[in-house]
Amino acid sequence: MKAVALTGVASTFKWVDGLEVLAQTSKATAINRGFDLVAVMGGEPEVMFRKAIAELGGMGKFVKPGYKVTIKPNIGWDRVPELAANTNPALVSEIIKQCLHAGAKEVNVFDHTCDDWRKCYKNSGIEEAVEAAGGKMLPGHDESYYREISLPKAVNLKTTKVHQAILDADVWINVPILKNHGGAKMSISMKNLMGIVWDRRFFHNHDLQQCIADCTTLDKRPVLNVVDAYRLMKSNGPQGKTADDVVTTKGLFLSTDIVAADTAATKFFNQVSAISLDTVGYIGKGEALGLGTTHLEKLNVKRIKV
Amino acid sequence: MKKLRIVVSLALISCITFYFLDFAEIVPQQFHLLEKIQFVPALLALNVVVLISLMVVTLLFGRIYCSSFCPMGVFQDLADWLAKRFNRKKKYPHFHEQKILRWSVVFVLLLAFLSGFQVLITLLDPYSAYGRICSAIFKPVYLGINNLLALLGNHYHNYRFYIMDIFINGMASLVIAILTFLVIGYMSFTYGRLYCNTICPVGTVLGFLARFSLFKITIGGTGCNSCGLCEMRCKASCIDAKTKEIDYSRCVSCFNCIEVCNRGALKYQFHPFEKKPVIPLQKLEPDVSKRKFLLASVLVGMGFFKKAFAIKDTTVKIKEIFTSHNVAFKKEHPITPPGSRDVRRFNNACTACHLCVEKCPSQVLQPSFLEYGLVGMLQPMMSYKHGFCNYHCTVCTDICPTKALLPINQTEKKALQIGLVHFIKENCVVVTDGTNCGACSEHCPTQAVSMQPYKGDLRIPTINNDLCIGCGGCEYICPVRPFRAIFVNGNPVHKKARVAEEKHEPKVKVDDFGF
Repeated sequence: MKAVALTGVASTFKWVDGLEVLAQTSKATAINRGFDLVAVMGGEPEVMFRKAIAELGGMGKFVKPGYKVTIKPNIGWDRVPELAANTNPALVSEIIKQCLHAGAKEVNVFDHTCDDWRKCYKNSGIEEAVEAAGGKMLPGHDESYYREISLPKAVNLKTTKVHQAILDADVWINVPILKNHGGAKMSISMKNLMGIVWDRRFFHNHDLQQCIADCTTLDKRPVLNVVDAYRLMKSNGPQGKTADDVVTTKGLFLSTDIVAADTAATKFFNQVSAISLDTVGYIGKGEALGLGTTHLEKLNVKRIKV
Repeated sequence: MKKLRIVVSLALISCITFYFLDFAEIVPQQFHLLEKIQFVPALLALNVVVLISLMVVTLLFGRIYCSSFCPMGVFQDLADWLAKRFNRKKKYPHFHEQKILRWSVVFVLLLAFLSGFQVLITLLDPYSAYGRICSAIFKPVYLGINNLLALLGNHYHNYRFYIMDIFINGMASLVIAILTFLVIGYMSFTYGRLYCNTICPVGTVLGFLARFSLFKITIGGTGCNSCGLCEMRCKASCIDAKTKEIDYSRCVSCFNCIEVCNRGALKYQFHPFEKKPVIPLQKLEPDVSKRKFLLASVLVGMGFFKKAFAIKDTTVKIKEIFTSHNVAFKKEHPITPPGSRDVRRFNNACTACHLCVEKCPSQVLQPSFLEYGLVGMLQPMMSYKHGFCNYHCTVCTDICPTKALLPINQTEKKALQIGLVHFIKENCVVVTDGTNCGACSEHCPTQAVSMQPYKGDLRIPTINNDLCIGCGGCEYICPVRPFRAIFVNGNPVHKKARVAEEKHEPKVKVDDFGF
């Protein structure tokens, strides 16, 4: 009887939007007893991810049997994987496999791309990788796929339209690639959320840095941020000009704390091309909004070299 | 014969129409060959093989092209078929050939072409007119059906169909397509192939050749009792049952008459020579005064076109009007698509069939109104309202049936400057709001627009002209309104852009986490 009652409560949690936050936060607290941040270097994307997720207690910590999972990589550009404008397809593939292994009912993948979405999905290699791994690519090119949500904690971005794949998922995983960015300075986890919203021009028009931080305050936050730094784009980001902009650094960062993930990734990037954390406005603004911490020294960090 | 004609016609029109509608690239790009065998496009592209083939086919078998290959011809047969559904006893009266009207149209079009007044050819070429009907009328319907299926499928978590934005490709284009649809539709609904035999320039030219075709429909013989059934059922109105004569310049070889004749008096057979009435000898002497008159009228006509519709000088200086911090601008030149080389050449070669408009995956090609002046009305131009030109894409240049857009490869495309970027600093968010933006630079595939240090931590878009290819990514995404802070102005003659080379710099080695 007790078990039945609990299941009932759990399913209620899943359907009530406000309470869903509680469900997600409690999940995050449970994980925080272990490592807050896992950093891996030196392996292939799928190998590094397997090691990192094991340190966090396995995918089962985030994905429960029967869950509808959405994975949001960066697929913004009509570029091949070698040019590091989009998330590594091998990493996306491994995450999907782990989700399905953990019992996910379905795994959906999408991005609101900048270039023509069909070309981006195809030429990034992600569509092929997702379908081979058992996931599903969803379109994100039309406004009808987005629903308006309000962001009460936000400063400038009070409402925005977010893709239904995020809103309707039980959990979603944020999988950005580490890049230099002409406008926002860096493109990492928080910046990757610009791909879940419909109207990006509003961001650019109303203090880009503040809007990126504002967008991250949404109720339905990613349960996990996986920063792909296998190849990073050191210059001319976010699209890149030639292969000169790419450095193969073989890194990977996992954290439930989106601010910490971006802080760690920025410090890692700083070794390739100088960037001060203060100039990446949205990271500090995110911390001010209580989205996470930039003080990595206070966190329980696991460093692995493969 | 009739059945074969119907099967071939329906197959061809379906393929051509579906190729226009197919946004999801279901059919291979090679289907553009069906557009390349159309008469006027082949003529403009100087596609000798196609032209000679079409002429040979006509000289052998009559106006097979008009009957089956031309989509506008088959479209008229469909309207005619619909009319017969309403009126089973639909009759077409016989009337005489409107020779003067037919040849006047050809003559005027020739003049128009020689004097660079392309718009008349654009309006009257049957293939292009049909293309515009597909683009402006059929496409939105097709997208609507697609969207219904997408909504249904997406509800059940099936994303095979996806929603497509439906928008009108310019009012002028829509109005002209509807008018064409109604006028030609009505003509064929009531009179059969009237358009083909009075106005269509292709019909007139091929009709002239068809007079000499080796295989023809013949009438008469012992079986014929002049019942007039063939005459009544001839959609080209070219049979005179009383005199038992067929006007081969108007016969489109549809074979309806053969099927309708109960007595087998009509036959399609080898019949190279037409009996002609004996012409009085003096008539064979060339009429010098007539020729002089013709030549004079050609010259006067050309002058008239040039004067009356002089190619509008599109140069308008960029106007700068200050309205509440937002600087207005006007584009000096419209941007012609890749492969067009220069605006004059393009205006003289394009018949505005809108195949490129439909096949452009980025929806960046839009029909113009008066941007090129009246001469180039409806011809496509680059518009960065719904999208921007994809860096790697060459579809429009591959498929253009008139060669108004010459084929270019990806390497050439990446070094092709169709326009040049202009930055209006006063409008830029970085200046007006003092915040980061960089959306333009983000979308720039060549970094002709790059972000350079400005005040404090801010960075501002900076232009590097020689890298710009004019793709319009910057203009498309710029968030500033009503006038944007960055836009692309067309190059009347396309130029070469510098391609950034890979320097193979020594890569930084990273051994630690950095925190």
